[in-house]
Amino acid sequence: MSLSPSSPSATCYEAVIGLEVHVQIKAASKVFASVGTGYGHEPNTLTDPVVLALPGALPVMNKAALDAIIKAGLLLGCRISPVCKWDRKNYFYPDSPKNYQISQYDLPVCLGGEVEIELAGPSRNVMGEHKRIPLTRIHLEEDVGKLSHGTIDSLVDYNRAGTPLMEIVSEPALHSAEEAYAYLTSLRATMIYGGISDCDMEKGQLRCDANISIRPVGEKKLGTKVELKNLNSISFVRDGIAHEIRRQVALLERGGVITQETRDYDGTTGTSQSLRSKEEAHDYRYFPDPDLMPLAVDEAWKERIRATCPELPFHKQRRFLEQYQLPYTLTSVLVWDRALADYFEEAAGLCGKAQAAGNWIVNDLLRELGNAKATLAECRVAPRQLAELVKLVDAGTLITASAREVFTEMFATGDDPGVIADRRGLKSAAADGNELEQWCRDSIAANPKALAEFKAGKDSAINAFKGPVMKAAKGKANPKAVDETLRRLLANS
Amino acid sequence: MPVPLHFQTLAELADRLAKREISSLELTRAVISRTEAVEKSVRAFNSRDAADALAQAEASDARRAAGQSRGPLDGIPVGLKDVIAVKDQPLTASSRMLANFVSPYDGTVTTRLRRAGAVLWGRLNCDEFAMGSSTENSAFHPTSNPWDLTCVPGGSSGGSSAALAAGEAIATLGSDTGGSIRQPAALCGVVGLKPTYGLVSRFGLVAYASSLDQIGPMTRTVEDAAILLGAIAGHDERDSTSLRVEIPDYRAELAGRRGPWRIGIPREYFGAGLDPEVAAAVERAVEYYRGLGCEVRPVSLPHTEHCLDTYYIIATAEASSNLARYDGVRYGHRSTKAKDIVDLYFQSRAEGFGAEVKRRIILGTYVLSSGYYDAFYLRAQKVRTLIRRDFLDAFRGVDVLLTPTSPIPAFKLGEKTDPLAMYLCDIYTIGVNLAGLPAISVPCGFTGTGLPIGFQLIGRPLDESGLLAAAHAYDRVHAWGRKTPSL
Repeated sequence: MSLSPSSPSATCYEAVIGLEVHVQIKAASKVFASVGTGYGHEPNTLTDPVVLALPGALPVMNKAALDAIIKAGLLLGCRISPVCKWDRKNYFYPDSPKNYQISQYDLPVCLGGEVEIELAGPSRNVMGEHKRIPLTRIHLEEDVGKLSHGTIDSLVDYNRAGTPLMEIVSEPALHSAEEAYAYLTSLRATMIYGGISDCDMEKGQLRCDANISIRPVGEKKLGTKVELKNLNSISFVRDGIAHEIRRQVALLERGGVITQETRDYDGTTGTSQSLRSKEEAHDYRYFPDPDLMPLAVDEAWKERIRATCPELPFHKQRRFLEQYQLPYTLTSVLVWDRALADYFEEAAGLCGKAQAAGNWIVNDLLRELGNAKATLAECRVAPRQLAELVKLVDAGTLITASAREVFTEMFATGDDPGVIADRRGLKSAAADGNELEQWCRDSIAANPKALAEFKAGKDSAINAFKGPVMKAAKGKANPKAVDETLRRLLANS
Repeated sequence: MPVPLHFQTLAELADRLAKREISSLELTRAVISRTEAVEKSVRAFNSRDAADALAQAEASDARRAAGQSRGPLDGIPVGLKDVIAVKDQPLTASSRMLANFVSPYDGTVTTRLRRAGAVLWGRLNCDEFAMGSSTENSAFHPTSNPWDLTCVPGGSSGGSSAALAAGEAIATLGSDTGGSIRQPAALCGVVGLKPTYGLVSRFGLVAYASSLDQIGPMTRTVEDAAILLGAIAGHDERDSTSLRVEIPDYRAELAGRRGPWRIGIPREYFGAGLDPEVAAAVERAVEYYRGLGCEVRPVSLPHTEHCLDTYYIIATAEASSNLARYDGVRYGHRSTKAKDIVDLYFQSRAEGFGAEVKRRIILGTYVLSSGYYDAFYLRAQKVRTLIRRDFLDAFRGVDVLLTPTSPIPAFKLGEKTDPLAMYLCDIYTIGVNLAGLPAISVPCGFTGTGLPIGFQLIGRPLDESGLLAAAHAYDRVHAWGRKTPSL
């Protein structure tokens, strides 16, 4: 992306952005202690001697956390390091009980890899451009506690301390706020898909720092980077980056100099302020943690994890377009929620009418869920039942308007569509062939004018017979069957 | 005159408890009253809880009466260095920083001692955070050597060695990072064993230098050390550096292994600085082994001269990080003068730590700093590998190595004011920690002025059985550790 100059003579700039994303791993216990993890508990209840760094306490690696980061790495196409080790990152801060954080310095679990992103298309019906954003690394570390500052004192809650945390570092390969937004959206979906994290930003399960620099278009050398912190929603990431790019361009255009610093972005006011300069940066004195042994990750371990890896959203989308011939708009709704996509595939498989099933899900099911403020997991309509509904409509047993009615009741009661249709007398009368045939004969007999027109070749004249049939059937006749019966009788009369 | 209960060996007392000749209550009372009698002059304890010990002794006697004795340690008063966590007891590491800290949990060795029925008795003094060789770095008080109250008991486990020599415990646990079990054992005339790194769990041991620290037994005889080691050794899920190995019956193995052993004498361990009386006593021990038919041959550990430097880089680096947790925020000493959080760190640590601890934190912070890491820490790790290789090369031709434990016998309290002179006390013990090997100090006589001398046997990794057997071959005959000081 080039940023247009504010005056004709000014330079065009290109933004270069790298993201550091912290993702909390969903794990039953902390990364180096056996005590549980969670959000919203009484302060300092999810602690033990290890989490509180009492004298004599020692860390022990939680293998489930390692499984999760290996899975993340496999999903994102990283190389999984055959050996990973743990390092201490030393710094004093009251949210860090040991005053060092167990992290990974030179041997992270995952190296390389990429995140596939989709930029907005020309309209919402059209797929946008796809890019692959390369990753530098993913490493495992422990989360810190939480500080809350009062007027005269500060309180610290160590419940979060020691929660397994992945740091996913991208190459400086993003060039706009929109790309960063798309990157986070895709990364978040991948983590949720893999069951690695719930990525709830409000609960701090996904946090993002951005390194942003600008350079004149065509320039190869990177400009001075500014680190933006506290971007605590995906929209704030987009807005914060856009703001920082504007700030840097304006600064350079005024003849100013960008200084390497860390800035704090306030999403509510849309402003940022300097937190610290490069000179105040820490010397973390990394060294291998002597309390933890390096760990070998062999092929068997990787294969065991690989077997649990789901198909990723974009792969699924390409398959849905191909296999089910779905329109792009449907796929772009279905694939981002793994449970919804699975729901769709089950229903489509059972009824053989993929697009109809997809439409029901995207239009009706999601609307009802939205109205009820419910999740798919709470939905009482099973994919099998939705498939039955599609089949009833397809067979002409239910007309669309009735089917909608049936669906609403299915959603409310969880009953089968056939049962509801029977109960409410909504089924088309098509099943009773003799009765329908008699109504058709009566209608033809009662309208010789239309009969003559039809015989003269005016096909639309057939519609004149349908009204009385429907009236006789009290609206429950299957229109397709009515049409077929009328044509058969007309051909013979 | 019969040997009083408090000076008998663990093995003897276990035997007498098993035969019901004595009760644990009787024994524990004897140890407590001995402690009350001599503690004023020895000052081996930081704290002790007689009521708690007596309750444990009663429980032990009840088990025995019910036919549910837990083995040789059941009912034996064992003292613990004040760096090992005992639930609901103080855990101070002899530091002002932790002067009021009470451990809410048991360390793994503590759990294992309880499981073996031992009567946990007292918190034993040491150099602050186990940093030192004389126990003078204790923030609370120095401990005296029971053989000469004007002398140091060695360190850092000086409380553990002095209490044992003075009859204030039947056995004790120490911790050894660079010689902190073996050197005070030698200076107080008792046996001290540093196990192979990873044999005994460090969970619940206040960390000084994680890659070097090991807990080990201090006892009157090698046989007692074998009994105590058997109770505390073995894999522990809570310590990632703990080894998954089968633990043999060390005591039973003593009888099965009779040598003769091929004994290596590292020439680098008999150079300048070795006290002639110590040299002579060690030489007599060598002669004894020769007399047993052992082959004694000189060996070389060429990187020995770098041991001290390497140790003071690695140990201080790890310490600087391990001790960062003592910040006054969650527990421990908190300065009342602090103006803000950074000041709280500065003031609390300035007030809470003693000079030697500060010196090592500063050294360790320096060697890990950006721009110095490669030259110091990384290089030291490489030299450490070479040091270990020296030992493993030597073990290709010999079964054990024999050296003096300490170059000098106990020195006067307050005599060594230069930290470097103090560091030299560990010159023969430090290499063993860097190489992760097992080593034992065995008492082998006295100087002309009546100060104990010890020699050190160093074994192959995880060959505690062989090491103990070789040490026992000398100790069962000489039994210098049974000698008692007049107090």
